[in-house]
Amino acid sequence: MITTLAIMALGAIVLGAALGYASIRFKVEGDPLVEKIEAILPQTQCGQCGYPGCKPYAAAISAGEADINLCPPGGMDGVRKLADLLGREVKPLEAEEKPKQVAIIDEQTCIGCTLCIQACPVDAIVGAAKQMHTVVEPLCTGCELCVKPCPVECIHMLPINENLDNWKWKYPVIEIRRAA
Amino acid sequence: MLQRLFGFKGGVKPQTHKAPSVQEPIAQAPLPARLYVPLHQSIGGAPTPRVEAGEDVLKGQLIGGADGWVSAAVHAPTSGRVVAIVDHVAAHPSGLPTLSVVIEPDGRDEWIARTPLDHRSLPPERVRELLRDAGVVGLGGAAFPSHAKLTAARSVPMEDLVINGAECEPYMTCDDMLMRERAEEIVRGIAIFRDLLGARRVLIGIEDNKPEAVAAMQAAVCGLAEDYEVVAVPTRYPAGGAKQLIRVLTGKEVPASKRSTELAVQCFNVATVYTAYRALAHGEPVVSRIVTLTGNVERPRNWEVRLGTPLGDLVALGRPKADTSRYLMGGPMMGFALPSLEAPVVKATNCIIAAAPTTFPASPPEMPCIRCGACAEVCPHELQPFELYWFARARNFGKTQEYYLFDCIECGCCSYVCPSHIPLVQYFRFAKSEIWAREREKNAADAAKARFELRNAREEREKAEKAERLARTAAARPAEKKPAPASAETVAGQPAAVPVDAAPAAPAVDAEAVKKATIVAAMERARAQREAAQPRNTEQLSREQQQEIAAIEARRARVAGDPPGTRTTRPGSAPPPAETGDS
Repeated sequence: MITTLAIMALGAIVLGAALGYASIRFKVEGDPLVEKIEAILPQTQCGQCGYPGCKPYAAAISAGEADINLCPPGGMDGVRKLADLLGREVKPLEAEEKPKQVAIIDEQTCIGCTLCIQACPVDAIVGAAKQMHTVVEPLCTGCELCVKPCPVECIHMLPINENLDNWKWKYPVIEIRRAA
Repeated sequence: MLQRLFGFKGGVKPQTHKAPSVQEPIAQAPLPARLYVPLHQSIGGAPTPRVEAGEDVLKGQLIGGADGWVSAAVHAPTSGRVVAIVDHVAAHPSGLPTLSVVIEPDGRDEWIARTPLDHRSLPPERVRELLRDAGVVGLGGAAFPSHAKLTAARSVPMEDLVINGAECEPYMTCDDMLMRERAEEIVRGIAIFRDLLGARRVLIGIEDNKPEAVAAMQAAVCGLAEDYEVVAVPTRYPAGGAKQLIRVLTGKEVPASKRSTELAVQCFNVATVYTAYRALAHGEPVVSRIVTLTGNVERPRNWEVRLGTPLGDLVALGRPKADTSRYLMGGPMMGFALPSLEAPVVKATNCIIAAAPTTFPASPPEMPCIRCGACAEVCPHELQPFELYWFARARNFGKTQEYYLFDCIECGCCSYVCPSHIPLVQYFRFAKSEIWAREREKNAADAAKARFELRNAREEREKAEKAERLARTAAARPAEKKPAPASAETVAGQPAAVPVDAAPAAPAVDAEAVKKATIVAAMERARAQREAAQPRNTEQLSREQQQEIAAIEARRARVAGDPPGTRTTRPGSAPPPAETGDS
């Protein structure tokens, strides 16, 4: 009886020690799930989800505070990927899905107030006080954060048109009339 | 000349249809009314325009300068005036516009000054630069800048140079006719490439259904006393694929992850070699190319066409038959239907096929895959197209990459043999461009994230720096304050006290020191006042202070009509009671 207890106790101690060691040795810094979620998010940093950037939204999803369908730039595709990753139900997007856009400053109207420069989360607007501003288009994520602060309403969002650089082969479609 | 030939797996033997377009020699296409020369005709960076609208240009004049190393220059195909630099429809399956230089020919076709050069007298780097600035690109259809392929791998000395004259695609005969008519120039051109690469052996691969071309090339090689081997390779599509021809001629299989230079082989098309020779030995940049016009036309033949010639003008030369429904660019296996005949001839335009419903019937409806494996049998890259199709169709792009989607050369053999008429290549193209688009998006997102984090870090740092600055000045103030009143008292109160220190110095310095000291004292006083005034508007005011404030308010009300006056009295009035009394 005592031997049995001793063996069980010894086993518990050894295993406990091993587990304790492993928890220190293989400790994971930060939440790996947040990083995985963040990799799916489009990094527009637009705040349309109600969180100040993609990382806070990822953290909120990971903590179970936020739903997965709050990111309009990510679109339904993003929702599907998040649902896949987290094993949740696919839900329709909260907001309307928009085509990719880019901000354009009407340089004639711009008064050089620098408010949009301060609003831009990715430093994609260049200019100085009382100097004309302009958007560096390849860096613009289309987050629309610069549109509201502009006191003279000179910033417009333009959808990105298809061109030879971003053109894609289409999914082969079977013409029903021909097939019938 | 006995050469052991190797085989490649798979391939098909479609009807060649080459005979109609080789009946007549290559003809010069007439000057069109307008030329639309796209600036971006090769893989790599888009050239930057070097001319302006309204400028007169000569034939061969640079109109687009190469942008970076992997890019090739573009030249005016004839003399005339640049009418505009505008977006014009491209020779591309999408029919989207691309920036093009519109030239109105003056009819003189006057060349710019040409300087013939001998590549042997120039350093290799200079030759590569010259080729880039002459716009020499792969004319087999890929339009990859040739100079970028002309550097041997540092670790492996180049062994074989493969010259590709296989021309396996049905209908196409432009390389065949070029070899028949201009073999000598091709053979002379090979020397440029051989010397640049330092290749030990040169193999010219030509499919054995072109005996005239083989004979012409052999004659040219003998005539110039070169040791190149002209090899007739078995006719089997796609023997003209670079990797297939390398395999057939050298037995080397280029893996997906490696370039052929790492295996000491490099491959060039015959037309590319020809243009490289013209560029160096005649100083003529690439301004035209040979295009096969065939199919449903009354007069199929090869034309030497200026780049930028609208395809409509070219097609009219062949007099297309009435039932022609569409036009294909490239061959029937790998080509695409042209969305518009307004698109111009570019460096990649090797063949235009007029298609009629009788010769190119619409593909029958797609049926379900029966997993017969016919596609896997013919795939020259030994892929499993049926698996790829399954995953591409389900948009499971990760899986398509696991099945080596990017090894697919889109040769079309699988679609050709599929008994269910599945357009397999279309699925693969769709999957590839979708993967590329996602990669672009991912890179853009990563860049945006990096910029966002950088910006946050910068803001944080600026905030910390500001706080630190404030803390430092706050800490410095009390320390300054103690000695300050003392000096202020001594200097302001008894100016005589200063000369005591300054006495040994000259009187001039003395006066200046006094002045300086007075200024310092005044500044200190002002600061002391400011500081004393700062914590004023709080609670815990003594009765005396409250009285003072009341007095000030009363005075303010009195002099309400004179705001500047009020403003001047206010700062001094608050803290020291003595001064309040003064005003």
